[in-house]
Amino acid sequence: MNFDFSDDLKQLRDQARRFLSERCTPAVVRRSLDGEETYAADLWREIAEMGWIGAAIPEAFGGAGLGYEGLCVLAEEMGRAVAPVPFGSTAYLAAEAILTAGSDAQRREYLPKLADGSLIGCLALAEGNGNPEPSAIHARAVDGRLTGAKWPVPDGGVADIAVVVARDDSGQASLFVADLKNVRRHDLHTLDPTRNHARLDFDATPVERLGSGGWGAVQRVLDRAAILFAFEQVGGADACLQMAREYALERYAFGRPIGSFQAIKHKLADMYVALELARSNAYYGAWALGADATDLPLAAATARVSATEAFHLASKENIQTHGGIGFTWAVDCHLFYRRSKQLGLSIGSAPFWKDRLVDLLETRNAA
Amino acid sequence: MDFNDTPEEAAFRAEARAFLQANAEPKAGSRPVLRQSGVDVEAVKRCKAWQAKKADAGFAGLTWPKRFGGKEASPILQVIYNQEEDDFVVPRGLYEIGLGMCIPTMMAYAKPEQLDRYVRPALRGEEVWCQLFSEPAGGSDLAALRTRAERDGDEWIVNGQKIWTSGAHLSDFGIIVVRTDPNVPKHEGLTFFFLDMKSPGIDIRPIHQMSGARHFNEVFFTDVRVPDGQRLGAVGQGWKVSLTTLMNERLAVGDVQRPEVDDLVELSRKVRIDGKPAIQNGAVRERIAEWHARSQGLKFTRFRTMTALSKGETPGPENSIHKLVNASKLQDIASYGLDLMGAGGLVVDDDLVEAYGMFQAALLSSPSSRIAGGSDEILRNIIAERVLGLPSDIRVDKNKPFNQVATGRR
Repeated sequence: MNFDFSDDLKQLRDQARRFLSERCTPAVVRRSLDGEETYAADLWREIAEMGWIGAAIPEAFGGAGLGYEGLCVLAEEMGRAVAPVPFGSTAYLAAEAILTAGSDAQRREYLPKLADGSLIGCLALAEGNGNPEPSAIHARAVDGRLTGAKWPVPDGGVADIAVVVARDDSGQASLFVADLKNVRRHDLHTLDPTRNHARLDFDATPVERLGSGGWGAVQRVLDRAAILFAFEQVGGADACLQMAREYALERYAFGRPIGSFQAIKHKLADMYVALELARSNAYYGAWALGADATDLPLAAATARVSATEAFHLASKENIQTHGGIGFTWAVDCHLFYRRSKQLGLSIGSAPFWKDRLVDLLETRNAA
Repeated sequence: MDFNDTPEEAAFRAEARAFLQANAEPKAGSRPVLRQSGVDVEAVKRCKAWQAKKADAGFAGLTWPKRFGGKEASPILQVIYNQEEDDFVVPRGLYEIGLGMCIPTMMAYAKPEQLDRYVRPALRGEEVWCQLFSEPAGGSDLAALRTRAERDGDEWIVNGQKIWTSGAHLSDFGIIVVRTDPNVPKHEGLTFFFLDMKSPGIDIRPIHQMSGARHFNEVFFTDVRVPDGQRLGAVGQGWKVSLTTLMNERLAVGDVQRPEVDDLVELSRKVRIDGKPAIQNGAVRERIAEWHARSQGLKFTRFRTMTALSKGETPGPENSIHKLVNASKLQDIASYGLDLMGAGGLVVDDDLVEAYGMFQAALLSSPSSRIAGGSDEILRNIIAERVLGLPSDIRVDKNKPFNQVATGRR
């Protein structure tokens, strides 16, 4: 058994961690938080130049061909750094949708540009409240022209292209790809201003269909992305635990470090436990992605449920460990708390994935 | 990443499986093998016969030195053997402590001639060992123990009481830590011995547990004489020796007890809420998903540990996560399963109730899992202090002579 990343990938992870700790400092994240920029464009360029966006895209389509495990270790570091860049939208959602559902021509057209950063992608799925399901989709593409409103779309305000979930001529929810150049859009205020979110109003926008699959193709994109986002959530949770730990060591109360009180120690131990369980589930997801295992949907739902819980717990208890100072704008705790919710809501929230997990469990047990 | 054995591991797994297939019954269906409520004479015979067979086939003491009948194998092979054995019904419960904790401590501290005398009979299951650590005054705070030993020439005279001693009534020998100097701080006044459980002055009384079983004992010592030659480590170094024993306890990764999540899924299909199978209820589904995620998380954490073992690394205090998560999960799943059964959940009759009564049995046995072998609270301290590096608690008894430390009524 070798249930760990290879030494090469660990090196990539260390390199990414070093790079992001220097170039994606809290000051950079705060430029997006404070509205000085919609995303960290300089950082994004550098990330593209290193080939990270196309880590899992095959070399034939302009990617680095590192495989999914490579993308997973990078995702963890993106989460740790609360990176204010459209990485997930471009790499886990748009590129993955085109790679898994698109035609060869579409792959050749889009993937090299997504990989080198010249195109930013996003997934336009939600239409207001509710979790992903066919009946929640009202946008419709008739004769290759899409009409409907999508919101909130993560990175929708900065993306060049969108993979859109809409009904086809026969009313079946399917995947389409649209150029956003002439689409009316406006940015939305959200819980996590470090990531751009927009409303896209399609009005007879020309679109191309991605493959012939229906909702199954959509769910497949969500499953695969859930694993990659789980790594971001694990990275974020780990960062929160480290922050809480450092504070607990430095902060004194009643004449001793607060980290010597069991109330704090046990809280941090619980954060550690949730994080390790989430990490192990994410690792299994990484394996399932790499092996394209039949077990992938269940592995994805499990990783998603576990990681969402771990990041939520770690980000809220990090604030709690800090006490009053943790509630201030100036201290970074809230960056993680916000991102935790952003990641937790963006591709279906916990109740959706829990329900799906049990569906898959029932199917598996019946087999 | 892959889940494949190395060629060496695969060959060993095949050997182990062949041995088990030839000598044991596979576990059949979903009926659980529930813990026996007490190990009776017949069960002891079965345990002894199985252990001898296993030792003769070379599957006992896999990681031990060859001169004691071991194979000097990597710990990963032990894990592989355990995985395979888990698919079969084999008699258990008599040797885990002796072979897992007592003999490894002996190997670290006993004299060569003592090892020649004791290790092989233990390995073949001819002699049973127990561990005499906990006391009424020393549970989580083990070093607060009060059983005294006073020197008398070449012997020590032991007086006091141990408690929660698993299998003491079936044991031939035991390892024991006692206080030899109450005038120094608690960790400094302890000394470690092994002793003959048939020595005059030892009185063993089973404890009737809340689950109904009688697996643990109180052990009373009245002027029990132990030769100084059976001392393990120097006088006053008993705490250090104890840590060797406890380290081995942590390595013994607990096996999964039932009901597991799949048992709950099964139950949720049978019992009904609002006229529909409970599994269709949103609240039930949410709980099942959460436990599945925990359960899988632990399973894959074990895989990560196995990977580390396979690379020759030694698992550290992070291993505490297994029992910490498992014990509460077991208690919670048991309780929730009974909630789903409603009034019928109260009935304890394996043939009448769902799931062979495993939910009822686990409700009553699971509290002990959260206490034995390091309570939830101690495990959280271990994670906080030894994994996360947080400072230890302030200990008011740390530098005080033991006989001046405050004590309560319990």
